[in-house]
Amino acid sequence: MENLLQVLYAFISTSVFAIFLGAGLAVASRKLKVKSDEKVETLISVLPGLNCGVCSYSSCESYARAMASKTETDVSRCSPGGYDTQNALAKLLDVENGENSSRMIARLACLGDNKAAKREFTYLGYPDCESAHIQFHGDKGCKYGCLGLGSCVKSCPVDAIRYTGTGLVKVNPELCIGCEICVAVCPTGVMVMIPKDAKWFVACKSKDSPKLTKNLCRTGCIGCRICERKFLNSGFVVSDNLSMLSYNDADEEDQRAASAACPPKCIINL
Amino acid sequence: MTYVGIIITYTFISNLVLSQFLGLCPFIGVSKNSESAVGMGLAVTFVMSLASLISWALEYFILVPLDIEFLRTVTFILVIATLVQLVEMAVRKYSPPLYQALGIYLPLITTNCGVLGIALISVNRNFDAAESFLAGFSAGLGFLMALLFMSGIRERLDTEKVPKYLRGAPITFISGGLMALAFMAFDTALLTNLLRSS
Repeated sequence: MENLLQVLYAFISTSVFAIFLGAGLAVASRKLKVKSDEKVETLISVLPGLNCGVCSYSSCESYARAMASKTETDVSRCSPGGYDTQNALAKLLDVENGENSSRMIARLACLGDNKAAKREFTYLGYPDCESAHIQFHGDKGCKYGCLGLGSCVKSCPVDAIRYTGTGLVKVNPELCIGCEICVAVCPTGVMVMIPKDAKWFVACKSKDSPKLTKNLCRTGCIGCRICERKFLNSGFVVSDNLSMLSYNDADEEDQRAASAACPPKCIINL
Repeated sequence: MTYVGIIITYTFISNLVLSQFLGLCPFIGVSKNSESAVGMGLAVTFVMSLASLISWALEYFILVPLDIEFLRTVTFILVIATLVQLVEMAVRKYSPPLYQALGIYLPLITTNCGVLGIALISVNRNFDAAESFLAGFSAGLGFLMALLFMSGIRERLDTEKVPKYLRGAPITFISGGLMALAFMAFDTALLTNLLRSS
């Protein structure tokens, strides 16, 4: 009983002591209040506050601070914020808004789902792309494709990536903030950044020889050069057995036609 | 124990990070470049000196007279956390340049186990006020030293080709362990010989 009483006293006295210290801190914080910079505060309120680090600063606050002190003059560093943030920042700082560069979002450059792509073996290890990639670069025959175990899904800060249920993942373009974390995480490098307003997209990364690609995946780019040769203005360039779309100067009609003509149908409409 | 003995003991022989393995979180987290390592090290030195002193006062003015030493750990944590918060506010108010240099690191060490560790060690060894302060100060210096060395190693590691699955924390822990091995060379025998010859 006496011990219990002692515990009770200790508990009460420590709590009182803690409350006393807390009150002291509260008073001190009132007394020692520093007027924070109003400009920085408004800048912070415009930024998304995700602290994702795309702007190369450690936090939204440090980016705002750098802009307020004029050491950073580029207002377009925040890709999660997009146009709105950029315009608001430019307005607040009264600087010339640079050209609104098109916002980049992540896309999965692979169509090789469970039906289309061949598997070399069955991977039964820990369900994580990095772990699977250690074993012969994944269980897919195509070593460039999506492993479908969702390292990107787990790392996405805004939950923009979902499993399709067919051995692939899908990026929701409306939610993607373009932080490029999934691009860094993906062991095969099948996540790519493309402009958000892009209409067409080569959903393949395979640089294997045409014959091998055809054997391994029904929807892999075989480097046939039809898109490049037949549709000169479409902006497709084939190198290393892989077609790449240059988004700068492209004729949309040609792209549509190229997509229709593509034998493995790996040029897709977004 | 003489003052020189205390300094040598807590800077080299019982170095908080390298031989007692306390405060490993900031040791790994803030040792990426030497600039932040020095900032963090100075902040820790500052807080450790103050915390040792204040916990000595707490021990001998409150806990011992009231015979409630069993509350030592919890009250030390409370007081140290409050102290760090208070110091942060005061520094922010009265010395903005110092706040720029140390400020961002101060909240990180509010509950650093190294700070609590050195306060408890000082009390366990029955140090007086000056000795406690000195122990805290030299433990902080030892921490600063370990952090600075580690940041040097990591800056060099950045340009090396590290095997993929050792990159980041693993290689840092391995290098830290090797450095701790090197610090095994400092032991009490060394201290005794040093003091005898001087």
